Formats: sequence, C-alpha cells, structure tokens
Amino acid sequence: MATDTIAAHDDHHHGPEKGLLRWVKTTNHKDIGSLYLWFSFMMLLVGGAFAMVIRAELFMPGIQVVDPHFFNSMTTMHGLIMVFGAIMPAFVGLGNWLIPMMVGAPDMALPRMNNWSFWILPFAGAILLSTFFMEGGAPAFGWTFYAPLSTTFAPDSTDFFIFAVHLLGFSSIMGAINIIATVLNMRAPDMKLMDMPLFVWTWLITSFLLIGAMPVLAGAVTMMLTDRNFGTSFFDAAGGGDPVMFQHIFWFFGHPEVYIMILPAFGVISHIIPTFARKPLFGYSSMVYATAAIAFLSYIVWAHHMFLTGMPVAGQLYFMYATMLIAVPTGVKVFNWVATMWKGSMTFETPMLWALSFVFLFTIGGFSGLMLGIVPADIQYHDTYFVVAHFHYVLVTGALWSIIAAVFYWFPKWTGKMYNESLAKIHFWWSIISVNILFFPQHFLGLAGMPRRIPDYNLQFADFNMISSIGAFMFGASFILFTYIIIDGIRNGKPAKARPWESAKGLEWTLGSPAEYHSFDKAPSRKAIEQESQHTSVA
Amino acid sequence: MGVNREVKRSFWVKLVGAPIAMFLFAYALVPLYDVLCEITGFNGTTGKIDQESNFVVDENRKVNVNFFAATMPGFPVQFYPKDVSMDVVPGKFYSTSYIAKNNSGKEIIGQAVPSVAPTDAAANFRKLECFCFNKQVFKPGEEVEMPIRFVIEPGMDEHIKDVSLSYNFFKLES
Ligand code: HEM
Ligand SMILES: [Cu+2]
Repeated sequence: MATDTIAAHDDHHHGPEKGLLRWVKTTNHKDIGSLYLWFSFMMLLVGGAFAMVIRAELFMPGIQVVDPHFFNSMTTMHGLIMVFGAIMPAFVGLGNWLIPMMVGAPDMALPRMNNWSFWILPFAGAILLSTFFMEGGAPAFGWTFYAPLSTTFAPDSTDFFIFAVHLLGFSSIMGAINIIATVLNMRAPDMKLMDMPLFVWTWLITSFLLIGAMPVLAGAVTMMLTDRNFGTSFFDAAGGGDPVMFQHIFWFFGHPEVYIMILPAFGVISHIIPTFARKPLFGYSSMVYATAAIAFLSYIVWAHHMFLTGMPVAGQLYFMYATMLIAVPTGVKVFNWVATMWKGSMTFETPMLWALSFVFLFTIGGFSGLMLGIVPADIQYHDTYFVVAHFHYVLVTGALWSIIAAVFYWFPKWTGKMYNESLAKIHFWWSIISVNILFFPQHFLGLAGMPRRIPDYNLQFADFNMISSIGAFMFGASFILFTYIIIDGIRNGKPAKARPWESAKGLEWTLGSPAEYHSFDKAPSRKAIEQESQHTSVA
Repeated sequence: MGVNREVKRSFWVKLVGAPIAMFLFAYALVPLYDVLCEITGFNGTTGKIDQESNFVVDENRKVNVNFFAATMPGFPVQFYPKDVSMDVVPGKFYSTSYIAKNNSGKEIIGQAVPSVAPTDAAANFRKLECFCFNKQVFKPGEEVEMPIRFVIEPGMDEHIKDVSLSYNFFKLES
C-alpha cells in the first residue's frame, strides 16, 4: 500500500505508519484515543484484581487470605489505580477519539503534546506498581494519603508514589490544556459554542476543573516530599505545621476530582439517551449551565469530607448547605434525561441499557451522597461502608457505566464493526445484577457501623459481607465476557454502517465506519452542523 | 495541524499560567490556613490578650476547665499540669501552671503547641501569659514551674459548660 504516489504526498494523507513504532510516535488523535482506552482497560483489570483480593479477605470474618498490611496496600492501590489509571485516562481516551470529530476538527490542537501526555502514563503506572516490590511495600495509607500516615509513618517507597502522582498530574494537565485549545480554537468555524454537543461541553468544563485541581494535588504531594526528605513541616505539628491542613488541601483537590470523573459521563449519557429515545435532548442549555454550576460548586464544598475533624458548627453548617446545593443542578440533569425519554420511541440496544441503568444507579449514589452531606448523619456514617457504597454507586455505576456505554455506542465508529448484540445484552444483565449484589449490601453494613479499610470484622457483619463478596466475584468475572465481546467484535464483527444507530446525531456519524484516519481536513458546513445537532429538532 | 481560529499569544500564556498559578495557590493555602485559624479559633487555636481588661462578669455562670499535657515522641521531659481542672467564671482572670522536668542529661529546647476544645470555645479562650508564647530551654535534670494566666471571655456560647486546654510539647532542633 505504501506506493511511491502515496509517499510523495504531503504528510496529511499518509495512513498510519506500519509496525509497533506507529503507536510510539503517533500524534493522531484516534491512535492516541485508542492507546488511552487500552491502557485504562488494562489498569481496570489490575485494579479489579486488587478488589478481588479485598473481597476475598472480607468474605468471612477473621484474617484468611492476606496480612493486614498488605490488605491496606490493596485498598490503597485499588483506589489509586482506578481513579488515576482507569477512569481518568478512559475519559481522556474518549475525549481524544471523539472531540475532534464532534467539533469538525482535523486533530487535537497540540498533537505532539498529546503523544507526551499519553506516554507519561505507562511510566507513572509502572512506578506506582513497582512499589509493591520495594522494602516496606506499596503505599498502605489509603488513596487519600492523609498525613502523618503518608509522611512520618510511611515507608521509603512513598517517594516513588509521590513521583508517580506528579507524572499523572502532568499528564492530566497537558491533556486538559489540549482539549481546551482544541475546543476553543479548532472548532469548525461555523460551530458556535452553543452548537457544541454535550460531550464536548462537559469535557471543556472538566478541563477547567483539571487545570484548577490537579496543580493543587501536585502542591500537596510536593509538600509531602519536602516534609519527608527536606526538613519542612507543612503537616508536622512538631514543626509548627498541621496534619489537618493536609486534609484541607487534599480535598480542595479531591472534591473537584470526583466531578472530573463524572462530568464527561454526563456528556456521554446526554448523547445516548436522545439517540435511542428518538427525540432531541431536552433542555440543552440548562444542561450546559447545570454542568458549569456543578463545576463551580465543586470548589466550595470540600470540607464535607472533614465534618469530623473538629470543625466549628458554623463551618459544618456552611459545608452542609453548600453540599446540598449541588443536588440542584444534578437534579436538573436527571430531570432532563427523563424528560428526553418522555413520550420517546424508545428501543433498548446495549448502549441504551447501560445509559438507562446509569440514570437509575447514579441517582442512588446521589441520594446516599445527600445523606452523607447531612452533618449529624455523617457523624454516624463517616468512614463506614456506607461511604464505600456511596462512592461506588457514583463511580462504578456512574463513571464506569458511562464509559462502557460509550464503548458500545461508538464501537462501530471506531472499529467499523458491530459487536455481538446478544452477548452484549447477556453481559449487561450479568453486570447490573452482580454490581448490585456487590454494592447494595454495603449500605446496610455501613449503617450498622462496619468501618471501611479494615481486613477483619465483627460476626454481625458476616452475612452481608459474604453476599457482597459473591457479587464481587460475579462482577469481576463479567469482565472476561466484556473482553471477549470487544475482541470478538474487532475480529469477527459484521461491518458497521456509517450511522449504525438510525437516530444518532452528531458530526462523527457523517464520517465512515471506521472513521478515516484523517477526518475533517475540510471543516463541516453550517448546514451539516445544524443537521447533526442533537438538541434541535431540525430534521 | 490547522487552526480554524486565530489564536493570540495571550491565550497560551493564560492556559499555561493557570495551572502554575494553582500550584502556587496550594502553597498560599498554608499561610491562609494559619490566619483563618487564628481569627476564628478553628482547630482549637487559642487567642492572646494583652492586658487585664474589665469584662462584665456573671457570677452565676460556671465553666469547668480541664488541663491536659502531652509530649511528642523523643521529648524526654516529664510534663504535666499542676491543676487537673478548675471551675472558672467567664470574664475573670485565673492563673495556674504546668510542671516540666528534664529527665535527660542534656539541655533540651522545646515548644508547646496549645489547643482548646470544643473549637467553638477556642476563640473566646484568651491567654495573658503562657509558656507557649516562646520556646523553652530545659537545663539537664532541672524542674520548672511554668505559669499561665487566662480568661474566658463572657461572649462564649452559653451551651458550653466544659472546656479543655491541652499542650503538646515537641523538641526544637537546637
Ligand atoms: C449529590 C451529589 C453528591 C453528594 C451530596 C456527595 C457527598 C459526599 C460526602 C458528604 C462524602 C463524605 C462522606 C464521608 O467521608 O463521611 C462523599 C464521599 C465521596 N464521594 Fe460523594 N457526593 C456526591 C456525588 C459524588 C460523585 C458524583 C462522585 C464521583 C463521581 C462522588 C465521589 C465520592 C467519593 C470518591 C467519596 C469518598 C472519598 C473517600 O473518603 O475516600 N460523590 N460524598
Ligand atoms: Cu466531595
């Protein structure tokens, strides 16, 4: 295929380079999107394996499988790998693949930096995982790495953890800069901001959260680094510092971080529901404003993670009310999704099943969040399995659910093939049943007082833990089927049409399936933009 | 790569400047935090008072103050309050003291960090005199009595009946 005529052409018309080096050197947004997605999938399996160890230990009371210190490493590394290795890179991968196509741009604004932001990740991941083989073991102080556990009392391997966090932060910030530049500068000239599809909007706003929050995390770990090695005392009371301040700085990053992981999910769902309800998205502009409002509020509620640090009542009240306030724009979104489906002609292909169950299950997570935001209730619930249930409903059946929905929805566009719909339906039902067996009982455990991050427990918690563990093994096994469906689809899937979902709107569907290696060399016209708008009813 | 819109230099400056500014902001939180604690008494930070002012005293109101002492690991000084607790009337000044005995053969320099609980009381707990205002030098084998003089301002919330004052001593690199 690499004939002289093609080689003579200008760089733009090359197909992908041959061989492995293609992936190392690539600056193509589709290649980089795929790299991100495969990387995050691998991390999901690693983090999932750690979760299996956790649930195996918690299957019965007593210590059977691993020693308590290793158990703590498992919970810590599970959280870190899932947050920084699986969910965040998966969304960056989706953003890379989809944003240029959705805004009618030929590529990302800064393709070389894009290559860098991806290739930093495997190194950061390797450094983080290598701590398992070091003296003192991997970090065991929780994914929130509170001082002084992570400063005074942590093993030397913690410095590698700090370096890994620095790299991960760098990668995310570069990714965010790239997305902002792409959306603002590379958009088709005829596309106004309020023409942009919601996935683009939510990612644009997420990027602002990333450049606001990740540097604060970098600051926190840098302070840890100097506390540990260079004699500063930011978090050491013995030198005039304060460990509670660590929590303030961490959660100033941490709460926006949880919205970094959910806003792009809102975007994905806002694409899938209109397609399968065959109606334009209800309340487009309120969706945009709600997203912006959530992003803004996420910076002023952080201390709801710290109600028990000895805060004055006035502080507790402020953070409680501010937290409650977030439920309003979130409610607007859920309302709009439901209104989009109202009187729609719905069908239930796999992406829609995932999106629909997202709406249900994410809302359960939102409700438990509201319960936790109530100070007198949180005094009881804090640091129990109730919190664990809450954030798994928003992160697993929220963020991860939307990623899986997105994979099925755009799979034909990426690969040019159709996945096996009946297997995918089995996989869906398997997942949704097992995930609820896994996480729902954790609400009851938490309400009954079972603390989180402890390898052993009182006999009274035995039954629900066993149920939860059984659900966990079932849910873990569902990923074997998922992997099979994806690989089988890529290898043997039937060729997909350019627009495999009849009512799908969006510029990406005007491209071929698979999308051409270089797309939108010429920006789409105003007419195309209007026709492909998902939120106006122009036919 | 083609850019569809004209991009000004200032766009890139802002885009790269913002994360750098936020990194510095994380450090700015450190002094901000200290100032905030001092003003509000968050975190049990106690306040100072410069002179024996005359407060309006309500003799019927009683508050029980408990005294605690602790030392950080590696601080070989025995440290304890002379009085375990005292009944005080808000608005009046009281004195008590803490005792420290250096059990090592070396001179030790230390600093005490005070904390008041509940935090709502901290802003109204004011000290005229305290060994925690300065670093303390303990000669080998020496035992010292270190006075404190304090007042609870009458403005303290009515529902607070018990207040505890604790000190944690740590070693300064001499
Ligand atoms: C209505 C919206 C929400 C409210 C009111 C809310 C409230 C809370 C509160 C009060 C806590 C602290 C509980 C405690 O430690 O005692 C918490 C924890 C948490 N939330 Fe949410 N939340 C909401 C949505 C979300 C979303 C969308 C995500 C992520 C996608 C999320 C992720 C988390 C995580 C990861 C934790 C646990 C952090 C830890 O201690 O490890 N929450 N939430
Ligand atoms: Cu939060």
